[in-house]
Amino acid sequence: MSDLDDLYREIIVDHSKKPRNFGPLKGATAQAEGYNPLCGDKVAVQLKFENGVVTEVGFQGSGCAISTASASLMTESIKGKTRIEAESLFERFHNLLTGTVHSGESGLGKLDVFSGVQEYPARVKCATLAWHTLRAALQNTTKESSVETPQVSTE
Amino acid sequence: MTTASVSNLNVFDAGKVKEDFPILRQTIHGMPLVYLDNAASTQKPKAVIDAIAHLYTADYSNIHRGVHQLSERSTKQYEDARIKVQRFLHAEDSREIVFVRGATEGINLVAQTYGRTHIGPGDEVIISALEHHSNIVPWQILCQEKGAILRVAPINDDGELLLDEFERLLSPRTKLVAIAHVSNALGTILPVRWLIERAHRHGVPVLVDGAQAAPHMRVDVSELDCDFYVFSGHKLYGPTGIGILYGRASLLEEMPPYQGGGDMISSVTFAKTTYNTIPYKFEAGTPNIEGTIGLGAAIDYLNELGMDNIARYEGELLAYGTGQLSRVPGLRLIGTAKQKAGVLSFVLEGVHPHDVGTILDRQGIAVRTGHHCAQPVMERFGVPATTRASLAFYNTPGDIDALVAGIAKVKEVFH
Repeated sequence: MSDLDDLYREIIVDHSKKPRNFGPLKGATAQAEGYNPLCGDKVAVQLKFENGVVTEVGFQGSGCAISTASASLMTESIKGKTRIEAESLFERFHNLLTGTVHSGESGLGKLDVFSGVQEYPARVKCATLAWHTLRAALQNTTKESSVETPQVSTE
Repeated sequence: MTTASVSNLNVFDAGKVKEDFPILRQTIHGMPLVYLDNAASTQKPKAVIDAIAHLYTADYSNIHRGVHQLSERSTKQYEDARIKVQRFLHAEDSREIVFVRGATEGINLVAQTYGRTHIGPGDEVIISALEHHSNIVPWQILCQEKGAILRVAPINDDGELLLDEFERLLSPRTKLVAIAHVSNALGTILPVRWLIERAHRHGVPVLVDGAQAAPHMRVDVSELDCDFYVFSGHKLYGPTGIGILYGRASLLEEMPPYQGGGDMISSVTFAKTTYNTIPYKFEAGTPNIEGTIGLGAAIDYLNELGMDNIARYEGELLAYGTGQLSRVPGLRLIGTAKQKAGVLSFVLEGVHPHDVGTILDRQGIAVRTGHHCAQPVMERFGVPATTRASLAFYNTPGDIDALVAGIAKVKEVFH
């Protein structure tokens, strides 16, 4: 059962039960919605983007432990990042999930707890849903006014 | 001697039956496989695997064409399978059995042939709130094209169809009823005999989606008096890519063809084509020969066990499973109809079904998690998804116990 413990690390279970930055974000300047049609998971990411950096992030939605914890930890790790830094973080995170980078070598800090997902290919999309949504929201910040809410799908 | 063999027939030994299924003798993540995803697809007995292997080893060629020996052998086995299906469904005539890819294609065939010629603007098609997407979307496509209206008969909190509401929907505008025999997401057995009788009072034909019923109970289309009945081979312990459309001969005769091609014609000139007789009019192109013959072998196998024995045994197993799962704190069964067939759909407080599925898999237990291609059902019960354990006659009480132990492990992870 040790491999199950690798997937459901304590910090993941904790964030899934008590997600951080959960709920609507007042004064958000960009947002996006993500959907995984395979399992029905939905996530909405809102952020404040000021002077070229993400100053605040929030998320809402319902999903499995992996997707909720990933969204929660993402909101913590993304604050203060520029768009390029966020892209780079996502890329490294994705490499960790797909096994191109190994645990401890990712330089991802807290996000390294998701290394166990490597052994569960069916769950990679759960862990990346919030990140795909974040990316869509960040792309939206380039526009003058962000009235529209782009939607992304993992399919 | 005679007495002993008769009583042996009445005792259903699932443990012994399990040995007929080679795939079930394996471990997954080091644990014995417990296969509880039978509503998605069933495993194949050795008799089916052998029949397919034998076809390709000894008898295979294209059917209805060659005068040579192999073509004759393949054709005979292919047409024998049609008669096996006819008897399995208790249809009057083997010409009423059309081979299709699966239940989904059977429904689409009816929608695109019968539907397109009988349904027009303002007409109505009635379905129920517990249909699989395959018995929703083909009718939506048809209704959109024709300006017709799709009506949905509602269900109660137990997942039972509200019969009064169904009857109220029937009107002179109703042109077809398409309804599940057994719900894939909830396991509800619908009173299709009653529904058909009510629809017929209004002169409305009925299509029954039997994908989840045919593998679990005796189906008698003559007694049901249904106009169309569909099911899939792969859920009936047969191969994938083969399914059955039963259609009343008088309806099939007047329906236009579904697809054009070889075998569905009696003569072709560039000016005019005369179509073949039923059922061949609906079987264009070289069909799924191995699938059909494999399905015939599956029906032989089921007949040996006896569909009534299967239904009785699975009913007992379902009752045991319902009792065991009901005792798990924080577990809510979704679908608690009085009349049910082998489905245990549930949600576990505080744990998403996707996580339940992963943790069960690591213990060798295969279940389905998600919306089960029945999103309107999930919405009706206010859940995004469920975990579904679905039974077959090769499952044992021990499999249920493994599931209950597996759920305890899930709770441990999410303590």
